[in-house]
Amino acid sequence: MKGYEVVMGLEVHAELSTKTKIFCACANKFGGAPNTHVCPVCTAMPGALPVFNRRVLEYAVRLGLALNCDITRCSKFDRKNYFYPDLPAAYQISQLYAPICKNGCMEIALEDGGTKTIGIHQIHMEADAGKLIHDPANEQTYVDYNRSCVPLLEIVSEPDFSSAAQVIAYLTKLRETLLYLGICDCKMQEGSIRADVNLSVRRPGEALGVRAEMKNLNSFKAIARAIEYEAARQIEVLEKGGTLVQETRRWDDNKGRSYPMRSKENANDYRYFPEPDLLPMQIDDQWIEGIRGSLPELAHEKRARYIKDFGLSEFEAGIITAHKNISDLFEEIARQSGQALESARLVTGEIMRMMNNTGILPEDLSLDAGKLAYLVKLVIEGKINRNSYKDALNAVFTRNVQPADYVKEKGYIIVNDTNAVAQAIEAVIAENPNAVTDYKSGIQKAFGFLMGQVMQKLKGAGNPGAVKAALTEVLGS
Amino acid sequence: MKIDKALIDYLEELSCLSLSEEEKIRLTGDLESILAAMDKLNELDTVGFQERNHPFDGVNSFREDIVLPSLERELVLQNAPQRNAEAFVVPKTVE
Ligand SMILES: [Zn+2]
Repeated sequence: MKGYEVVMGLEVHAELSTKTKIFCACANKFGGAPNTHVCPVCTAMPGALPVFNRRVLEYAVRLGLALNCDITRCSKFDRKNYFYPDLPAAYQISQLYAPICKNGCMEIALEDGGTKTIGIHQIHMEADAGKLIHDPANEQTYVDYNRSCVPLLEIVSEPDFSSAAQVIAYLTKLRETLLYLGICDCKMQEGSIRADVNLSVRRPGEALGVRAEMKNLNSFKAIARAIEYEAARQIEVLEKGGTLVQETRRWDDNKGRSYPMRSKENANDYRYFPEPDLLPMQIDDQWIEGIRGSLPELAHEKRARYIKDFGLSEFEAGIITAHKNISDLFEEIARQSGQALESARLVTGEIMRMMNNTGILPEDLSLDAGKLAYLVKLVIEGKINRNSYKDALNAVFTRNVQPADYVKEKGYIIVNDTNAVAQAIEAVIAENPNAVTDYKSGIQKAFGFLMGQVMQKLKGAGNPGAVKAALTEVLGS
Repeated sequence: MKIDKALIDYLEELSCLSLSEEEKIRLTGDLESILAAMDKLNELDTVGFQERNHPFDGVNSFREDIVLPSLERELVLQNAPQRNAEAFVVPKTVE
């Protein structure tokens, strides 16, 4: 980058998956007909007062503990004032002076195999805004307040990133953590996790440059592209002798470029003041320790356990723990089949392949672990062969068939019944005297032919090893 | 704090208001007297008083995470200056 270094910090907004909104008892649900999950509080009708949802505080503390933060013992809310139709009260209830979590950190893996510690400046709780839908036909904007007052955690990092890859590594791990904690569904396409990137460039050793905040980054790919674009843009301005202004820029992923947002010109003057409608929160050690004790196993802890207890490779453990839905599925298949290694092979092999082919995202994956475990057991016990196994898995993926009925219908169950094998061999020998003579006169090919005939009689359900042994024995006598 | 024209213009923009010159002159006077009243509070001797987080003494006023019925949409939209069947309607504001 022509002797420049990039300095970035991230602000990530995560919508919490509580049942109700942060300050009212309306359902916190994505979708739904416009303005059907709203009440006087979340539409800011005069006189309506907010009442804080205890679970939001609990979720914030969960994340704070998972990210090694200090938990603020006396936390409180503040008002952030700005005028925009998505904000019915003309202020957002947020936290500035005493955010719930501070001074955390997260370790990320680097491409060269090393690690880097990213500082978490703070995590605060706030209410989401409504949604604006623009109708270009008549130049009007429709306002839907279903999202108004949905609980958000804003996770503010220190400016510790120097490459797009580091940003993606951090976001991947943060998403993983939110999912494992069970506090956010992290569906980027539904906006339940959103990242803004603050970026500036400087010559090594110089003071921090003027930063731009990039918004509207809707996928990891868009984030990486926007970072490349913005760094190049700032360097070009500086190289031409220009000066940068602090601004907010909106990323247009279709056009592959960003534009300054005029509405955010005075964005830093929010006239914060303490929220008078909500009482402070007093948090004691006992409550924090209770939450610490109930924290679920996180991805990196699962990875270590899979490798140690199940003998999975680091690669397999990594794939399985990349998403909580996947690791939940794996654990359930492994538990029901009693076959951890084969279950891991199934998840990292056939299931990943099916997801790639169909474009199903981990968060939308819903497979019946019991059915898959049943097939895993059959293949491990030698009751079906690998080809039948793959076909039956596919039938479960695509049509959710009952595997027990399916393998029976298809005649996949391998016949270990020595009687049935012996009868088939007897019949084949009687029907093919020439081949038998050929074999006895030393023509090896004839054995393959007879073997094939026996397998056909057994409708492919013969155990090849057992059939081969029995046929050899009969022919040799 | 001195209220001058530049500050009034800035506040006008921040508040998304459109003020006439007369209104600006009147507001300058109003805001100056409001701030003067606030300055009066600064004359209070607060030595020995601990800073408070809230005018009330209580803490931890929580609600359990239980869904209650929302307002009927027709009622929500009833007083909207402009609306359609399902939403509030405002002038173009999306960039
Ligand atoms: Zn509500």
